[in-house]
Amino acid sequence: MRYLLGFFRFWYDFVIGDCWQIAAGVIVVLGCGAWLAHSQVIRAALIPPVEGIGVVLVVVISLLATARGRAG
Amino acid sequence: MLDPGTIGLATAVFVASTVECVEACTIVLAVGMTRSWKSTIVGSILALLALSLIVALAGVGLRNTISQSLLQLIIGALLLVFGLQWLRKAILRESGLKAKHDEENIYRREQEEARQASHLMRGGLDWFAFVVSFKGVFLEGLEVVFIVITFGLSASLRNPHSMFIASMAALAAFVLVASAAVIVHKPLSSVPENLLKFAVAVLLCTFGTFWSTEGLGYFTTDHDSLEWPGGEWSLLAVLAAWIIVSTLSVRALRRLYPVGVSAPAATGAVK
Repeated sequence: MRYLLGFFRFWYDFVIGDCWQIAAGVIVVLGCGAWLAHSQVIRAALIPPVEGIGVVLVVVISLLATARGRAG
Repeated sequence: MLDPGTIGLATAVFVASTVECVEACTIVLAVGMTRSWKSTIVGSILALLALSLIVALAGVGLRNTISQSLLQLIIGALLLVFGLQWLRKAILRESGLKAKHDEENIYRREQEEARQASHLMRGGLDWFAFVVSFKGVFLEGLEVVFIVITFGLSASLRNPHSMFIASMAALAAFVLVASAAVIVHKPLSSVPENLLKFAVAVLLCTFGTFWSTEGLGYFTTDHDSLEWPGGEWSLLAVLAAWIIVSTLSVRALRRLYPVGVSAPAATGAVK
């Protein structure tokens, strides 16, 4: 059990690291993209740029949260 | 063969691998010069063999089991999460909110730990030197492997030689850094590591954004990958957008939080 936990801990640290908000943000943005692609609410060619803007927002929000925490 | 995707692939893998090789070299040099070169070299070679095996198994296994768009989505999402972590840290370093990576400092710390550790011998090897060099090379190399596999597999959907190109770019970085370390025999602190990390982060985010959003086509009725306007040439626009976002973020954070915090220097595998 200890080794199993260690294994998951290692991969969590490796991929997600010390800012889980980024992973959560990416999942939310791509989840919205999946819905857009499935429901065909907007043209398929517009989905990648719209998703790109969503990803930029994820990093900006995580930066502001981290900076506020460290400076404050 | 030399389309924007292939050039970007080779550049990103080469630069990322250079950064990771420099970090692994610092650990290997510190342990080798303080303890035993034989044990350190054995540990490093075994780690490199384990990494090569992972590339071979994961590369072939993933390519043959998942559909094109789903592969793009999974790999792109992983690359994006990984790249955004790197970019966040790079921006925080540049804006003074996080300590910069200092190879000299890490080298001294590794040497101090190596001096104080017990001299346990196993199988004719200095166990501390063997384990530390194996772990150092394996963990730093695992990031290279991750990048080689993700870049190589995603790009292989367009260029069948991508996995080979990615592996060769990583190998070239390894040979370059290892040769330099053998010649100068001290940590490669003159390599602009923080700048390279910034560049790698931007490239990881660029390809992660591009591939993950194309992979969303898996959820359409025909399951085909989505296309960015302009196809692969839009990679340049995505790259430019990430550079602009990063630069503006650094400036904004410097202005909003002008007093930098004194964070401890980064060590070992911690980025």
